[in-house]
Amino acid sequence: MSQNKHPLMAWIDARLPITSTYEKHMSKYYAPKNFNWWYVFGLLAMIMLVNQILTGIWLAMSYVPSSEAAFGSVEYIMRDVEFGWLLRYMHAVGASMFFIVVYLHMFRGILYGSYQKPRELIWLFGMFVYVAMAAEGFMGYVLPWGNMSFWGAQVIISLFGAIPYFGEAVQEWIRGDYLISGITLNRFFALHVVAIPLVLIILVVVHVLALHEVGSNNPDGIDIKKHLDENGVPKDGVPFHPYFTVGKLPAVTIFLFVFTAIIFFFPEGGGYFIEWANFEPANNLKTPEHIAPVWYYGAYYAMLRAVPSKGLGVIVMAAALAIPFILPWLDRSPVRSWRFKGWMSKVAIIAFGITFPVLTWLGTQPATDLYTNLARIFTVVYFLFFIGMPFYTKYEKTKPVPERIGG
Amino acid sequence: MTEGGVNKGRRRFLGAATTAVGAVGVVGVAVPFVKSWLPSEKAKAVGGPVKIDLSKIEEGALVTEEWRGKPIYILKRSSEILEGLKDESHKSRLLDPESSNTNQQPEYVSSDSRSVTDDVLILEGVCTHLGCAPKLYYEVKPEPFDENWSGGFFCPCHGSKFDLAGRVYNGVPAPSNLKVPPHRFDGSLVVIGEDGGIA
Amino acid sequence: MKKYIVAGLLYSFSILAQASVSGVALDSIDVDASNKESLQNGAVIYMDYCMSCHSLEYARYNRVARDLEIEENEFVERFIHTGAKFGELMENAIPEKQAKSWFGSAPPDLTLVSKLRSPEWLYSYLRGFYADDSRPWGVNNVIFKDVGMPHVLLQLQGLCAVEPSIGHGEALCEEYASEGSMSAEEYDAATYDLVNFLAYMADPSKLERERLGWMVFLFLGIFFVVSWLYTRELHKDIH
Repeated sequence: MSQNKHPLMAWIDARLPITSTYEKHMSKYYAPKNFNWWYVFGLLAMIMLVNQILTGIWLAMSYVPSSEAAFGSVEYIMRDVEFGWLLRYMHAVGASMFFIVVYLHMFRGILYGSYQKPRELIWLFGMFVYVAMAAEGFMGYVLPWGNMSFWGAQVIISLFGAIPYFGEAVQEWIRGDYLISGITLNRFFALHVVAIPLVLIILVVVHVLALHEVGSNNPDGIDIKKHLDENGVPKDGVPFHPYFTVGKLPAVTIFLFVFTAIIFFFPEGGGYFIEWANFEPANNLKTPEHIAPVWYYGAYYAMLRAVPSKGLGVIVMAAALAIPFILPWLDRSPVRSWRFKGWMSKVAIIAFGITFPVLTWLGTQPATDLYTNLARIFTVVYFLFFIGMPFYTKYEKTKPVPERIGG
Repeated sequence: MTEGGVNKGRRRFLGAATTAVGAVGVVGVAVPFVKSWLPSEKAKAVGGPVKIDLSKIEEGALVTEEWRGKPIYILKRSSEILEGLKDESHKSRLLDPESSNTNQQPEYVSSDSRSVTDDVLILEGVCTHLGCAPKLYYEVKPEPFDENWSGGFFCPCHGSKFDLAGRVYNGVPAPSNLKVPPHRFDGSLVVIGEDGGIA
Repeated sequence: MKKYIVAGLLYSFSILAQASVSGVALDSIDVDASNKESLQNGAVIYMDYCMSCHSLEYARYNRVARDLEIEENEFVERFIHTGAKFGELMENAIPEKQAKSWFGSAPPDLTLVSKLRSPEWLYSYLRGFYADDSRPWGVNNVIFKDVGMPHVLLQLQGLCAVEPSIGHGEALCEEYASEGSMSAEEYDAATYDLVNFLAYMADPSKLERERLGWMVFLFLGIFFVVSWLYTRELHKDIH
């Protein structure tokens, strides 16, 4: 029934593989039929990427990247441009939603061992997407040139001062000036609007291509390609389109409820998405009472502050960001999904699932004695999750994994 | 299977319904993006009405002001000029002597003098051909571009000619009369950009 | 499910977020952008007492007039004394360098102050002045210690001789050094209006935003139902 191609389609396909690409990646890409709610976050992440790009382009039409005009141009967008306030909130709230979705997406990978062979590259590219997002978010937050934009940039750039011998020079090179100024702002604008979005798009494309090459994992961690029917189609698979495109619309709608609830009813996210201190212009002579990074960097900030020495703190923070890269090689379990791992892995994963959000929250709070001690404890738990993994995954007793889904 | 048949119909209906509602959503999302391109409050404020004092303007001396980035010509005309504008043989040389193209002037200007008060002419100094600023040749005397010149505007770019009511001549590149902007008079002031004719 | 948890958490954070700043107790206040009379009254107080030093330079006169339901001519006559046009930004003419020498720092623009500090802070601050001879203007403030600003509303409130009680549910001032033209209740009402006006200034599209939000919810509700029914139909293929 599928060979009755429209002549125009046949003409195009003879010159550009549209139909075969569509089939390979959508209508004949077979995904496991036991996808659960954890599997919606990749799609949501792509939707958020599109949201950020579209709203970002529109904001760039009215935003002025100079230290004199930036803050005023944001208010111009909020008040004088028709629906400018909506575009701004979609972008600012969207950034936070993007991180929430990506964190949940990554956690799904941890739950079901989606990073294990043969999906190591997917995980690596994904980690690069995450780092690129972190850079993008940091620079984006500087652009409104509010007081927290300035002082947040001050803190992050000063971390580079911890590099031995070259530290000062690197800082000056990043700033392009002796202090964070309009020169820094302007180059961050170029990177934020053009360079990193291009990098992000390329990385996401490669991430999905790598996924489609080996096929999706699933909550049982079973390889569905092991059992094919007479047409070569996995018996436990269903075509991605329409079951996981159209089929995901209700889930996407629920997400949009949350997204729009925040945009329309508390767009600053209670001060977590747009920090209150950013409602006055950058002032290099007036430090905000309480410098906090935007919430999605909280965990790393908490770890940085937990370590009493600056140099060591930076190393710990960098290590915390670097260690997840090698996760595929830390996990020695013969089994992918936590459903079939031993109790030590389950405890470790639950502990990690609690640790990262707690560290994230701690990073947004003032560094009292209690919070600093808590941060220390949770930093240790964070690293133990990774460092202990080669041991507890190798030596624990796992459950037998079924051959087929539902079996 | 009859059950399959019922399912197909229901499926098609639900699919169509989802697509239709989804399309409404897409249009809804597009609205802020499209509307944000409309002139912002700042543009509207800068493009707001401009007030000009007419009391010191001399006859035959062109005054140029700016409104919304366009040159606005203000010209005081003599009564002989005004008589000449009604002359039939003069009007026979014009493309649109009765100003029937309603896009080019508000309804409150008269058709012959194209002004609210007879003597003061308010025009956009933008040639209706390709946008150059036409030059005023007020005197009634032969000119290199017209032996029977009865006073008016000559556009140096491509040779379009307009009379002293801004009406375009036959046989020139410009297709329509020079535009009269919305304006109203308020004592000795004229406010360009607001309708009303006489306040 | 997770999304509801996230939404619930975010909502509760927003309530906690501005309850107090650096441990100072604040009085609570319920701003209401739909109370036009209050906003108008607040605008009058702002223009009469605050505008000469504190600009509102990110806002435009014509938008404020429209939102506060004040007619153009009346607005221009009552509020615009700088010769600015109705469509222009609400700037003022105070010379910055001189202002810095008079007050220690230039009086900041206040368009966004309600978000920077919170309505609770503003309401408490405006009622937190008391007599203090050691200060250049003879006043100090329990919310903003050693503030450089004089008590501009002194003739309305009078001057409290002792530190006022804020955030404890008690009467504001035990003993007045000088009386103002308003009673304590009248002054509280006046500052409510002023803070309400400033809250509006920081977020003028709030009412429109929330109205649109409900329409979006309605749409999403309809879309959820129709797409869920369709998806359920599709899933009959799989199992």
